Amino acid sequence: MHPEQQRIVQETSFLSEVVRTSGENLQACYQCQKCSAGCPVADAMDLLPNQLLRHIQYDHRDRVLGSKTIWICASCYTCSVRCPNNIDIAKIMDTLRHLAIHSGITPGEKDIPVFHSVFLDEIKSRGRIHELSLIFRFKSKTRDFLKDARLGWKMFRLGKIKLLPSSFGGVKEIREIFNALEKGEKR
Amino acid sequence: MKEVSYYPGCSLHGTAREYDESIQGVSDLLDIRLHELENWTCCGASSAHCTDEALALALPARNLAIAQKSDRELLVPCVACYNRFKVAEQEAKDHPERLSVSYRGNVPIRYALDFFSEGSILETLKEKRVRPLTGLKVVCYYGCLPVRPPKLTAVKDYENPLHMDRLVETLGAESIPWSYKTDCCGASLVMTRTDIVRKLAQRLLSMAVEAEADCIVTGCSMCQANLDTRQEEIKKEGGGRYDLPVLYFTELMGLVLGHKNVKKWLSRHVTDPFKVLSKRGFM
Repeated sequence: MHPEQQRIVQETSFLSEVVRTSGENLQACYQCQKCSAGCPVADAMDLLPNQLLRHIQYDHRDRVLGSKTIWICASCYTCSVRCPNNIDIAKIMDTLRHLAIHSGITPGEKDIPVFHSVFLDEIKSRGRIHELSLIFRFKSKTRDFLKDARLGWKMFRLGKIKLLPSSFGGVKEIREIFNALEKGEKR
Repeated sequence: MKEVSYYPGCSLHGTAREYDESIQGVSDLLDIRLHELENWTCCGASSAHCTDEALALALPARNLAIAQKSDRELLVPCVACYNRFKVAEQEAKDHPERLSVSYRGNVPIRYALDFFSEGSILETLKEKRVRPLTGLKVVCYYGCLPVRPPKLTAVKDYENPLHMDRLVETLGAESIPWSYKTDCCGASLVMTRTDIVRKLAQRLLSMAVEAEADCIVTGCSMCQANLDTRQEEIKKEGGGRYDLPVLYFTELMGLVLGHKNVKKWLSRHVTDPFKVLSKRGFM
């Protein structure tokens, strides 16, 4: 390949996009698998963290951004602190989730991205999370109304459920922050 | 009297209200005055950092900008908030242009466990304790974000932290060593992949039982909720029968300091803590 062609391929590759956006040198991964050995949620993943890094190195964009793994990751940072090459894998997971949301690829986990999106809607509309409203918002999307109903009732009796959201004077400013960032994104 | 700014965060005004009440209660007895940030808003938690980097910085930065109006330290009891605040602080120092809200990065951000396990507080606790927890066996459960990533938390012994252990020993309890101090509980996956959280909680509970603990002590509202509320479901699924209370370290502090509202705080738990505390003679 002509060096100029090679440069263009390199700079437009998925690997370079992830490296650039996350700021992490994931080419340093030599597959010691320490990340996957310590990962508390590895058995619910379709790609182990070390396999995910390999797929990124191979430019398998759709495989990576459509994986369950990026949503299952609980951001506990165990992988990041144990990586012998100091790759902040938890940070790469954040980058991959951001890329996945804008990619149009069907997410590997259905409910988790929906939950994050209703969580942000709740912040935008109230400024703080009112847990009961958040749960109703989420359930209206998943249509699973029975899940945790018994536990919810028990927690209500224990005084853990706040029925009404509190009113305070920060909501307007929060909406301005959201709106400004949304406009910026569209530009 | 020591004066600090206070950011309770959303969960402490809801499911974790006994954490909020016990922090306020023990602060009172320790002569610490809490100034709740005026018009504080949500830090964005996992959902912001999982989906939108700019928002994940702007939401905590807005609260830090309120805190910087005074020169007090900022006390933060929820580790999700604490983590987001520390990330925003780091960005404010390294890449201020990435913050859409103006913040200089100069507010000392203190996670509640770090704050209350400091030497000077331990000394005061020794003087003021009225009912030491002699004979109570506990495991200290730190979870993830109170210690990781160390570049943000500045916790040196992040694989085997000891500050909560020192605190509970000052309270007179016995802290049993165990290997699951900093293992993840699944955090916010509880809303979407409850199966994963049950599995992680089951492992933590079974290891705490194997260590012969009377209760689990934590400083994280997500850890508390995930371990406290899922014990019945774990039993139904055949994962074993657990009856292990999960307490906030501030509730134990309140008990030792003789706070009048301790019973009210403890009565909000799903897994009843009164049985074991009465058996050991503290109720």
